[in-house]
Amino acid sequence: MSSENFQQSRTPPIATTGLLGWIRLNLFSSWFNSILTILVIYLLYQILVPFLNWSIFAADFTHNYLGQQIIDRTFCTRVMDPEIGGACWAIIFVRFYQFIYGFYPVEEVWRVNIVYSLLVVAVAPLLIEKFPLRKYFLYFTLIFPIIAYFLLAGGFGLAHVSTKDWGGLLVTLVLGFTGIALAFPLGIVLALGRRSNLPVISMVCTLFIEFIRGVPLITLLFFGMVMLPLFLPEGITLDGLVRCLIAVTLFQGAYMAEVIRGGLQAIPQGQYEAAQSVGLSYWQMNRKIILPQAIRITIPSIVNTSIGLFKDTTLVLIVGQLDLLGIGRAVLAAQTWMGLSIEVYVFVAVVFIIFTFSMSRYSLYLEKKLKTGINMGAD
Amino acid sequence: MSESSIISLQNVNKWFGDFHVLQDVNLEVKKKERIVVCGPSGSGKSTMIRCINRLEEHQEGKIVVDGIELTGNLKNIDSVRKEVGMVFQQFNLFPHLSVKENITLAPIWVKKMPKAEAEELAMKQLEIVKIPEQANKFPGQLSGGQQQRVAIARSLAMNPNIMLFDEPTSALDPEMIKEVLDVMVDLAEGGMTMIVVTHEMGFAKTVANRMVFMDEGRIVEEAPPDKFFNNPESDRTKLFLSQILNH
Repeated sequence: MSSENFQQSRTPPIATTGLLGWIRLNLFSSWFNSILTILVIYLLYQILVPFLNWSIFAADFTHNYLGQQIIDRTFCTRVMDPEIGGACWAIIFVRFYQFIYGFYPVEEVWRVNIVYSLLVVAVAPLLIEKFPLRKYFLYFTLIFPIIAYFLLAGGFGLAHVSTKDWGGLLVTLVLGFTGIALAFPLGIVLALGRRSNLPVISMVCTLFIEFIRGVPLITLLFFGMVMLPLFLPEGITLDGLVRCLIAVTLFQGAYMAEVIRGGLQAIPQGQYEAAQSVGLSYWQMNRKIILPQAIRITIPSIVNTSIGLFKDTTLVLIVGQLDLLGIGRAVLAAQTWMGLSIEVYVFVAVVFIIFTFSMSRYSLYLEKKLKTGINMGAD
Repeated sequence: MSESSIISLQNVNKWFGDFHVLQDVNLEVKKKERIVVCGPSGSGKSTMIRCINRLEEHQEGKIVVDGIELTGNLKNIDSVRKEVGMVFQQFNLFPHLSVKENITLAPIWVKKMPKAEAEELAMKQLEIVKIPEQANKFPGQLSGGQQQRVAIARSLAMNPNIMLFDEPTSALDPEMIKEVLDVMVDLAEGGMTMIVVTHEMGFAKTVANRMVFMDEGRIVEEAPPDKFFNNPESDRTKLFLSQILNH
């Protein structure tokens, strides 16, 4: 064996693993990418540094730069000395109760806290398929709205609390969750109705869906406020929040119907025929064969419209309901906290992002699970 | 309608839009009789058997199944569907349910059978179609031949008097056709009344009591297999047979 056969030693290959490797591969793979990367880093620096400075490093939380506890706007550093002050988060801390509960009586607020905790217990088994004893927890999910209603509104020995005193996150969650929960069955019925062979049913459902979808939510809310009372028998008045709920549910129901109808259309005709040929009735066929498949494939779209609805609930502030955003505006309207609108809007935005981002992550998780799950195409 | 007929079609006519898909179709099927229907595509064979369990609606004429006339009456349609099982070209298993659940669904919901009993029945049916070991799999995990056998088991679980087969082997790879046909032969030997739309002429020769040849929406020829294959009357039948037997 002669020495010429030995390989010349080489420089090691460029690393493609590890942090450095990743940076090289993804951020500096060519001169063009390198320029883009540097440009983006520069822009982020320009935006993030002032924002972090404003929101955290120069911000007041409960005390100002003199160490005084902040009780109204005049104590905020940025009001006292705009040169050195950042965000004045004290407005959120001082008014936290209103943001979360509205004007719910303090001595009764434990009821809201119980509802918030039970909400987690009711929703978790719905979302997690492997939840222990899921079947029994789902029964609880079914009766949770009734329990929540009596806890929040009163009855059975609990003092009555008018919905006028509800506000903030409480109203946002009540509108969002009830709207989504009620719209789901409504949407299923409307979607099936629209595809019905009976022309009357199909026409009524189609007209209903197209009318509701053709009108902005805000119009429906005004409709609920101004016109709904005209249709009700004399002597019966509907609670303002209930009227909003009706409008929100109808609106969401129409959208849900169209989403589910899309799923129904994706189910092959053979599934209907097989279900009919073994003798299943129309409702058995839909409940056991068609809807489970249709809903499975439309979950991402269902979550998508639900996120849309959750954000749209803020529109109720126009008809006088103080949801999270409405409470924010109410807080800002007070003399003591005027001018701190940025803090309030950022806070409201962050709360909304927490909820909507969770929903969107959940939908992604489901999509992934369905993709890796059992092949849905039979052949 | 003769007394012993379990299925009777009298002057049945049907149109798809302007297309006259069934033209004065008359067919009497006796109990335990095995009928094989063949003919070129578009000849109305599938439409005819789909009319027998009302997956398609006929517009003129009379269809009577086991003494029940098929009309718009939903109760009659339900009773007929309990009598008649059907197997499709595309299997049409329910992909979101396991094999066992595919079979137990109708007994539990239509016949109100207790779950344990239905599962026992399902296992029995899976033994008959020779795939009991697949009970807990999902349809997407099975081969075409296995899926079709599950589809047969699903129909049999409702204990039908009549089985309709709509090209049961046309969507299968060649090596899987035999396993499905074997199950169908067993079924025929067990005395099931069967109407089979198929181009498997070997199967037809061994199993059929009577061959029915259809073309352009009409029944052109009806004869026992022996006469049908060796001495057909109509020229159309001769042409069809020469085309499918010589390749």
